[in-house]
Amino acid sequence: MKTLEIINNWIAKDSKVLDLGCGKGEILLDLIASKNIKAVGVEIDDSKINECISNGINVIEQNIDEGLANFIDKSFDVVIMSQTIQVLRDPKKALKEITRIGNECIVTIPNFGHWRARLILLLKGKMPVTGPLPDSWFNTPNIHLCTLEDFELLCSDVSIQITEKVSFDSKGNSNIFTRTWPNFFGASAIYKISN
Amino acid sequence: MSKGLGKVIKQSFKLPSDLLLECGKTLKNIELTYETYGELNADASNAILICHALSGNHHAAGYYEDENERPGWWDALIGPNKAIDTDKFFVVCPNNIGGCHGSTGPSSINPETKKFYGPDFPVITVKDWVNSQALLADHLNVKCWHAAIGGSLGGMQALEWCRLFPDRILKASVIAAAPKLSAQNIAFNEVARQAIITDPDFQEGHYLDTEKSPKRGLRLARMVGHITYLSDEAMRDKFGRELKEGKLNFGFDVEFEVESYLRYQGDVFSESFDANTYLLMTKLLDYYDPAEKYHGNLVKAFETIKAKIMVISFSSDWRFSPERSKEIVNALLAAEKDTTYLEIESSHGHDSFLFAEDRYVNALSAFLEN
Repeated sequence: MKTLEIINNWIAKDSKVLDLGCGKGEILLDLIASKNIKAVGVEIDDSKINECISNGINVIEQNIDEGLANFIDKSFDVVIMSQTIQVLRDPKKALKEITRIGNECIVTIPNFGHWRARLILLLKGKMPVTGPLPDSWFNTPNIHLCTLEDFELLCSDVSIQITEKVSFDSKGNSNIFTRTWPNFFGASAIYKISN
Repeated sequence: MSKGLGKVIKQSFKLPSDLLLECGKTLKNIELTYETYGELNADASNAILICHALSGNHHAAGYYEDENERPGWWDALIGPNKAIDTDKFFVVCPNNIGGCHGSTGPSSINPETKKFYGPDFPVITVKDWVNSQALLADHLNVKCWHAAIGGSLGGMQALEWCRLFPDRILKASVIAAAPKLSAQNIAFNEVARQAIITDPDFQEGHYLDTEKSPKRGLRLARMVGHITYLSDEAMRDKFGRELKEGKLNFGFDVEFEVESYLRYQGDVFSESFDANTYLLMTKLLDYYDPAEKYHGNLVKAFETIKAKIMVISFSSDWRFSPERSKEIVNALLAAEKDTTYLEIESSHGHDSFLFAEDRYVNALSAFLEN
C-alpha cells in the first residue's frame, strides 16, 4: 500500500484536515474527492501555493518554523505533516504543536537508518545519496534527518503516543521485510500519533 | 502586454428607495455613478464587484476619450486577459456614497434644503456602502456576485459583503486591508482632517457656496496620506536624496525630488477632490470595526460568512501590514471559513495592491477562475 492510500484509510469521512507543507495540495485533493474533508493547507513555496489556489484548495502562506500559534488547540481532526518534519528547524517543538492542534496527526519521514544509507556510510564513508534522499549534504533541505528508532524515541520523550505505524521500501511498498525490520528495510515510514 | 479595455463610459443609477444609514439618519434621492466592463452572462453568474479605496472612484479601468489620458485606477489589473479578466467576467465598479465623482455626496444638493450638503452630509459607514451596492446589484440583475474585490478600504467592503450578504457572494479578495484601524492609522487620519479643518478657507465646511475652498488643507492631507502609502524603500529607490537643481540652495523652496513629488501629488489631488468627502472617508475608515458589536471578538463577527475568502498582504506595506491581514486570516480560520492567504514580496508599500506584480496577478486570476 502506498502512502496516499494509507492516509486515505486513516482519515474518516467529513474530517477537518490541516496539511502542513501541503505542496501543490495532492493529498488534500485526494481526500476532498474521496472523503469529503474540509481542507486547509499550509505552504511556503510561491509556485506550489498558486497550484493550490488553481486547484481550489484553501492554502495559507506561512513559515512553519516561525510557529503555528495561530492554530487553535484541537481545531482539526487530523493534522498531516508529510516529508516535512526533517526540514524544520525545531522538529521537537513542531511535534508538540501538531499534536496540540490536531486530535490525531499523520507524519511521514524518510528513514536514515535504511540499509542502503547505512551501507553507503559504512563502505564509502560518505553522506548517503539515495532514492528517498536524493540531495547532497550541502544542498539538502533535510537538516534534521533521523532513523525510525530516533523518531520513536523523541515521541516517547514528549509523551506522544504512536497509534499506527507502517514502513515502506524505496518503491513505496510495505512487505514482510519492512514489517519485520522497519528501521533496517524501511526507506520511509508513516505514523499516526496523538498526545 | 495585453491590450486594455479601450473606451469606457460612466453610468448612473438612482436608488429606488431611501437608505436608512447606520447613524440613524435617512438619505434620500441617492444616485450612484458606476462603470461596468465585460458582459453579464445568461445566468448572471460572472459578476465581480470592485470596491474602491479612500480616494478612488468608479473609473477603475479603460479611458473615456483619448487613449493617452490616464486610464482608470486599477487598469493594470482589470481588462481582457488581465488578473480580473473582462473577457470572462462582468466587472462593476461604483463610486461610493459620500464620494465626489458623481455619486451623492457632500458636494451634491440636499433635496430638502436645495443647498449643498457640505458638512451636513451624514457620516456613512462601510455597511451603508455595502447596502447601497446591493441595490445596485439588484438593478443590474446580479443576485449573487461571483466575487467582490478591493484593496485597503475596498478590502473592508469586500469582507463586509461576505458578512452581511452571505447568500449573495461566492468569493472575496481582501487585499492590503485590516480588520480595524490601529491608533497609528487613526492618528494619521486625524492629522489629515486637522489640515483641512484648520484651513481658513474650509469655513466650517460651507466653502462650496463661496469662491474659496480649503485646497491648502486638502493638499497637506494628501501629502501626509501619500507618505503612508509608500514604503521607505520605494521612496529611497524613486527619489533617494536627489536634488532638483543638483545643489543645495539653503532655502525652503523645493530642493529634494521627494518634496517636488509630494507637492505635485498634493496639488493634483486638491484640484480634483472634495474636502468634505475626504473628511467623511477618513472617518468611515476610523469607524470600521466589524468585531465591535461582538465585544471585540472577530471570530464571532465572521460567523455568518459563507464565501471563500482570499486575503493578500504586501511585505513592505506598513499602513496595513501583513500582521493586520493575518488578524483577519486567523479569525477566519478560527471561524472555520474557507480561507487562503498570501504575503506578496513587493517594495511599493501600501500602494502595492495597485501594481500588476506577477505573483499577485497569478494568484488573483487563479482564485477567480478555479
